[in-house]
Amino acid sequence: MVRTQATTRRDNSSLFAVGGILGVFLVLALIMAGQARDAAMETQAWTFVGLAIAFILGLCLWGGDLQDRNPFDEREYEDTLVKWGVIASMFWGIAGLLVGVIIALQLTFPGIFYFPEHGWSNFGRLRPLHTSAVIFAFGGNVLMATSFYVVQRTCRTRLAGGMFPWFVFWGYQIFIVLAATGYLAGVTQSKEYAEPEWYADLWLTIVWVGYLLVYLGTLWKRKEPHIYVANWFYLSFIVTIAMLHIVNNLSIPVSLTGTKSVQVFAGVQDAMTQWWYGHNAVGFFLTTGFLAIMYYFIPKRANRPVYSYRLSIVHFWSLIFIYIWAGPHHLHYTALPQWAQTLGMAFSIMLWMPSWGGMINGVMTLSGAWDKLRTDPVMRMMIVSLAFYGMATFEGPLMSVRAVNALSHYTEWGIGHVHSGALGWVGYISFGALYCLAPWLWKRRALYSKSLVEWHFWISTIGILFYMISMWFAGITEGLMWRAYNEFGFLEYSFVETVEAKHISYMIRALGGMLYFSGAVIMAYNLVRTALGHGEATDAVNLTPAERAVRPLLQPAE
Amino acid sequence: MGLLNNHGLIERNSLLLTVGILVVVSIGGIIQMAPLMYMDNTIEKVDGMRPYTPLELLGRDIYVREGCYVCHSQMVRPLRDEVERYGHYSLAAESMYDHPHQWGSKRTGPDLARVGGKYSAEWQVDHLKDPRALVPESVMPPYAFLARKALDFKHIEDRLRTEKIVGVPYSEEMIENARGHLLAQVDPNEHGYDYVDGLLAAYDNAAGREGSFELRDFDGDPRKITEMDALVAYLQMTGTLVDFSTYEADDLDNRR
Repeated sequence: MVRTQATTRRDNSSLFAVGGILGVFLVLALIMAGQARDAAMETQAWTFVGLAIAFILGLCLWGGDLQDRNPFDEREYEDTLVKWGVIASMFWGIAGLLVGVIIALQLTFPGIFYFPEHGWSNFGRLRPLHTSAVIFAFGGNVLMATSFYVVQRTCRTRLAGGMFPWFVFWGYQIFIVLAATGYLAGVTQSKEYAEPEWYADLWLTIVWVGYLLVYLGTLWKRKEPHIYVANWFYLSFIVTIAMLHIVNNLSIPVSLTGTKSVQVFAGVQDAMTQWWYGHNAVGFFLTTGFLAIMYYFIPKRANRPVYSYRLSIVHFWSLIFIYIWAGPHHLHYTALPQWAQTLGMAFSIMLWMPSWGGMINGVMTLSGAWDKLRTDPVMRMMIVSLAFYGMATFEGPLMSVRAVNALSHYTEWGIGHVHSGALGWVGYISFGALYCLAPWLWKRRALYSKSLVEWHFWISTIGILFYMISMWFAGITEGLMWRAYNEFGFLEYSFVETVEAKHISYMIRALGGMLYFSGAVIMAYNLVRTALGHGEATDAVNLTPAERAVRPLLQPAE
Repeated sequence: MGLLNNHGLIERNSLLLTVGILVVVSIGGIIQMAPLMYMDNTIEKVDGMRPYTPLELLGRDIYVREGCYVCHSQMVRPLRDEVERYGHYSLAAESMYDHPHQWGSKRTGPDLARVGGKYSAEWQVDHLKDPRALVPESVMPPYAFLARKALDFKHIEDRLRTEKIVGVPYSEEMIENARGHLLAQVDPNEHGYDYVDGLLAAYDNAAGREGSFELRDFDGDPRKITEMDALVAYLQMTGTLVDFSTYEADDLDNRR
């Protein structure tokens, strides 16, 4: 290729723009740190200052060292950022799962992490840390990394915005650290999965708008006429999460230099808004985002086209239309007006169909390559994730039926349901994508060890089964015990007897969580060795021509 | 199908796709949420609801801070066993001043919507300090530190004013005297003595009846105003405001 002036000249404007944005927020954070009304805000502001300075310093060192190189060269994909995304995903995944194991043990043996004189280690603060770490830190990084990888390949162009994708990535990590340290200090607005306070919410909004613009910018300069189906799903995830995040976090800070804010909505309206958000965090963060992974990585790994193009169109529009209605099934029999509950239930049941349509589209993509289930543990992980997806999206509509919900709501059944979706579907499709990405990005022939993937798969799968079955058992047991009457017409059990009855189930659940965590540790080890080029992960430069032919790098979109 | 064949138009235009997504995902939320904001019968007509006293409000902030909602719901459903176990089913009106709501989604511990007055303040304090000393099978974490931590109410006026901005009917008098009212509730015999009449007048008037809150030291240590005082003051009034003797569940206005 001829080097033209236009392609080699470096455009530094985005570098300075990102530095400028960070500088502005650095000054704001310094003011807030100096004027802080509460100790928590002081810590949060200094944390931000530290991270922003580190980011700016990194930017300067990196920018100053560039000399004649052009890191924004339009002829190359931005893959360094995706590598960072893979590392961040694995790091936060391990952290989030570890906190999950700790809180599972706390419920089993309440003497664990027992500090009566401190609040930070209590279940009430660690549980949001666990949920946010696995959903937003692990899941969010997986989605960011894979979306940046996929959008470049399917558009055959480099990420738009020069330095801005890096701002999106590091800005998101700053949000995660602010949220996580805030939870430990008791900074929360108590809205499930939207616990971070107003200033962290504002920061995330800026980062997220940046994400949307980078994504759209990349679509705008695509060299493929059609936008590939995975991008529809990524786009719906980015757009809808922005909408949900902004509306559910509408609040007035008590002071611009304090952590506390007051929600704009109250009571029943606030509950409806919260579960509109909460259910669609599942729908658009944990479902459409990861379905995008399915629509790219399964065809790519299987070397087969997506099963049905038409089904993917129907799947996409019906799924995103119906999902948004399902929120009120979290509020059955509450003070929410019954018409809203009924709407929520009806649409939840309808949701079963697009969910299974998508699952079928993913699984059937393997048509003609079923042997890969046996020979390729990474493929098996992704297909099993779809099996868990199918199971969870059948169980969900079932639990949204009012009569079933009367029993299942407030119990461990809900926890089991969430984890069959989270561990089985989100976890496995993410692991599959990361297992694909590591050799592709670091240009290795294969993963360091295939048998370690087998170990990961089986240990985790047993862990998930322990988790699900113990929580079904615990949930249905306590649900039935709460409503049990004795022969005299009195309630048979006191509440604490139902707590006691779950002890063994809690132990099995904690064991299941530990197994799943162990699997993730094995995976991290495998990925590190892959990146280092050990074992079977020898350099891709040594590939035979036949191997190179099926290499997924730099191929045009489907 | 012709519609599917024309999908290529959307696939070739990213803005059309983005706008299409935004329209499709907005419909459900608008239809479910907008009516709740203006339909009068979303919230029942009841007697007795009043804004939280300053002490209760800060106690509720601690309830939020410690993540109590993670394990305790505040929503009694109209099911036989729940009504018998916890009391009258919860009304929308009972959380009309709750920014945000604390309905919860999980009962690792029992529902707390009507825990007010169910136990003595002394029991609550002992239980919060060491749950397993009172309930050996409990899995609740200990909150002994609350009894040692001084309650921070330096900016209580701003706290109430922000509630007023979002629609809680605090009067200017309530906001200006918030600090005095707080002292009056937790220390009525000494530091808050001068404000007792004002506190009673303001919040009894708002509730439309007397005795909707207690004036006392809650944590067993009258020398200090602690976070335990505030939290227990909040717990002891939770779910006690609405006067169910005058509530007509079958009234057409209250049917939802």
